[in-house]
Amino acid sequence: MNNSYLIKTEHIKKIYPMGLTTLIALDDINLTFKKGEFAGLVGPSGSGKTTLLNIIGALDSPSEGSAEVLGKKVETLSHRSAAHLRNWYIGFIFQTFNLLPVYTVFENVEFPLLLQNIPSPKRKKLVMEALEWVGLADRANSKPAHLSGGESQRVAIARAIVKKPELVLADEPTANLDAENSHHIMRTMVQLNEELKITFIFATHDEKVMRYLKRKISLNDGKVEKDEIFELEVKK
Amino acid sequence: MIIPRLAFKNIYGAGLRTWLNVIALSFSFVAIIFLQGLYNGMNNQVEKATIDALYGGGQYWHNNYDPYDPLTLDNAHGEIPAALQKLIKEKKAVPILIWQATIYPHGRFQNALLKGITPEQTILSIPTSVLKTDEETIPALIGSRMAKSTGLKKGDYVTIRWRDVNGTFDADEAKIVETMKTNVPDIDNGQLWIPIKKMRQMTAIPDEATIIVLEKGSQFNEKFDNWKRKNLNFLMKDLRALFLTKSIGGSIFYILLLFLAMLAIFDTQVLSIFRRRKEMGTLMALGMTRSKLIQLFTLEGAMHAILAAVVAAIYGTPLLIYIASTGYGIPEVADSYGFALGNRIFPVFTAGLIIGTTLLVLIVTTIVSYLPTRKIAKLKPTDALRGKLT
Repeated sequence: MNNSYLIKTEHIKKIYPMGLTTLIALDDINLTFKKGEFAGLVGPSGSGKTTLLNIIGALDSPSEGSAEVLGKKVETLSHRSAAHLRNWYIGFIFQTFNLLPVYTVFENVEFPLLLQNIPSPKRKKLVMEALEWVGLADRANSKPAHLSGGESQRVAIARAIVKKPELVLADEPTANLDAENSHHIMRTMVQLNEELKITFIFATHDEKVMRYLKRKISLNDGKVEKDEIFELEVKK
Repeated sequence: MIIPRLAFKNIYGAGLRTWLNVIALSFSFVAIIFLQGLYNGMNNQVEKATIDALYGGGQYWHNNYDPYDPLTLDNAHGEIPAALQKLIKEKKAVPILIWQATIYPHGRFQNALLKGITPEQTILSIPTSVLKTDEETIPALIGSRMAKSTGLKKGDYVTIRWRDVNGTFDADEAKIVETMKTNVPDIDNGQLWIPIKKMRQMTAIPDEATIIVLEKGSQFNEKFDNWKRKNLNFLMKDLRALFLTKSIGGSIFYILLLFLAMLAIFDTQVLSIFRRRKEMGTLMALGMTRSKLIQLFTLEGAMHAILAAVVAAIYGTPLLIYIASTGYGIPEVADSYGFALGNRIFPVFTAGLIIGTTLLVLIVTTIVSYLPTRKIAKLKPTDALRGKLT
């Protein structure tokens, strides 16, 4: 892997067939992300934010062009290799939290480690560490149905960071949260970015999130309109 | 071990839905085992009763004897070979002389088979001792079916007309000395049992017989001119063919039961996959491979059968033990079933039956659980996360 970047996209195009016509979701995207970035893909609905995030997360592959993530070409990965990449190196945070309802908070956070076959004592230690990071160690035995929206998203963050990934991809993480919880969540992620050096990439159109971004890539109609880097510390 | 652990958690977490399926499937387990056990018990019972009352340990037939053609009976008799006579003297065999006759119960004309047998015999479970009488009248023993069809009862007299070996017609009165209740229609329908000595006098064929019944377990297998040894496999052939027909009919019930249970599992799986698309997308995003997802969902379905087997064992074991010991009562109407059925059938539940049924249900459930999961193999993580099934 080239040390200068964690992710590199070259001339990415994503085309969806729509009956007799096609929809171009991404058009000639050329971007690089370095380790430790706290970046956001911003833009209106349909601008291609989630599509790009899915390609970076090896959940989808580009129709044309190349996406290199942690040294792997996403478009050439087999399903198994893509699953391995996601399991070991990439954490996901979703707008609707996507917690597994029949599992407890502890078990939800533990899940990625189970897939990695990490021994039980180490698993327990890592899960409790992650829950402490998000301030939910005391809710380890609760079921997701008994959590508030803010708490659920914090569990999702703990699940994303428990395996100490290189990269966390967050798709509209605050869309279902009130202002106070949104700020709380964002502060937690800034802290994780600064202390654990985890790279965060967001897809968002929430102004509250944008205030925390150190880099803002504006997308419109599948194209990059602006790529801004904020050198100064963001206001919190 | 992660897949079984997750599968267990998921079906346990599904709560009532899981238990409804498990209970329905456990009913199928118990019903299939019960029905098969009932057939096993019935077959065992029928075989035993038929051997006891009719076939003994095998028979010798006169060469001309054809049980399906009464017209051959005139010539289907012969002298008993010395070796067989020795067995008869030792009470290890009993001769039966079969003759065609006509009876006139209450003035009605009816064909009948006269069967002459030694009253002292103990080889067949027929109460022939009632035929020992000093009266001049011919004593006759009939079965309850014969009694019903002729309207005869104990103490009644009935006219018998027959032709002796020379073709001369003769007739006499016979006294019904007993009506026996038997489970074996083949010693009952259309038959009158009378002492062989009397019958030999009536037919003018002293010392002859149509068949010789050997005692149970007899290994006697000598060959004689004019006589053929018929072993139990041959004698029971028709009965076993009948068992097979009946068990095919019975199988339809349990295939139906199994089908209904499998439909429930299939339905649950399809619903589960449809309802949990987003969860599948999440699992894929977390790094689970498609093959592991298929394993997980298939195992969840198969676990219903495992849980059902446990539940079935909990309530089914005491229930089936109770039925096996007290028997299962069958109505009188079942007498027309074509078998030698008793009033109660005692089901037989063998280890083979229980293990075989359990394995069958487990395998079928696993296959049925797997079929809907094949859709997962084509599932794109992004579509799943959006709640779409491709």
